[in-house]
Amino acid sequence: MTGLRDVWVYLSASPLLHLTMTLVAFQAGSWIYEKANRNPLLNPVLLSVIAVVTMLVITGTAYQDYFEGAQFVHFLLGPATVALAIPLYRQFDKVRGSALAILSSVLAGSLTAILTALAIGSLLGGSTDTLLSLAPKSVTAPVAMGISEQLGGLPSLTAVLVILTGIAGAMLGPVVLDMIGVKDWAARGLAMGTASHGIATARALQVNEVAGAFSGLAMGLNALATAILLPLIWNWFF
Amino acid sequence: MLNALTLILVCQLAGELASGGLQLPVPGPVIGMVVLFIYLMVRGGVSQAMGRTADGLLSHLSLLFVPAGVGVMLHFRLLEDNWLAVSVALLASTVATIIVTALMMRWLSGKQAS
Repeated sequence: MTGLRDVWVYLSASPLLHLTMTLVAFQAGSWIYEKANRNPLLNPVLLSVIAVVTMLVITGTAYQDYFEGAQFVHFLLGPATVALAIPLYRQFDKVRGSALAILSSVLAGSLTAILTALAIGSLLGGSTDTLLSLAPKSVTAPVAMGISEQLGGLPSLTAVLVILTGIAGAMLGPVVLDMIGVKDWAARGLAMGTASHGIATARALQVNEVAGAFSGLAMGLNALATAILLPLIWNWFF
Repeated sequence: MLNALTLILVCQLAGELASGGLQLPVPGPVIGMVVLFIYLMVRGGVSQAMGRTADGLLSHLSLLFVPAGVGVMLHFRLLEDNWLAVSVALLASTVATIIVTALMMRWLSGKQAS
């Protein structure tokens, strides 16, 4: 028994344990997501975050100790954000013809996302750090976390809110678009990607390839638009 | 492969330097993304190695935000205090964004066609 405890003490002090825990939880989450026919409610990130948090709470592990191991995964967020330029370029190349309509629509959507989140959040009494963590919710997680951190929000809360926004958009998007009678695949994809980044893009791709491409492009453009607009809006109004 | 990874890291570093040095509110990696995008525009295409490296990095993009997402355990209290503002703002704002973007796009592409 002491032997086992010694091993546990040794392992929990090395990065290996929590790095492996992160990967195993994500693999398990992805497996469940695939088995459930990619149901947005069973998002693999959401499932693995719940699994890891549960394990840390049960074993009484502090987040800082967990992060010692998980930081190796976390570091790759930066390079991955830079690499988003490649899909952005590929899609931009495809739809160059309607560039002006696309840019204006994403810009309008980006403003709507920021302003409605801030307005409703503050009307309902959200605290400043909550509002800052919520405002970039429509942007792909690595960028949203960077924006939130830069303005004094909580990147980890932002990460979770971004995922929930993705799930909400993936589920509600098609219903809302049917209700307002927008049938054009380009407009549908653009709206999904602007509001709900990669999670909605994955959803759009399942339905229609054109919608998927526009959604991916919108996700990249909105990341840029929000990174520039949100700090300006925040400094003007608050 | 190594070339592509180096270029990505150089772009990120340039972005971090610009963001920190010029006190820009935009995060370093986002500026890095713009730098790489401009590079691709100038070059006029994506090399095979760069395409493979980026696809590799991005194919498991969602794994990369698990460590940060787990940090939500530090903010249970905050969420408890703000759950109404957060959930209503999140849902309403997402729906509003979808409607505005879709209608704007339909209106503008209709104009272009006529």
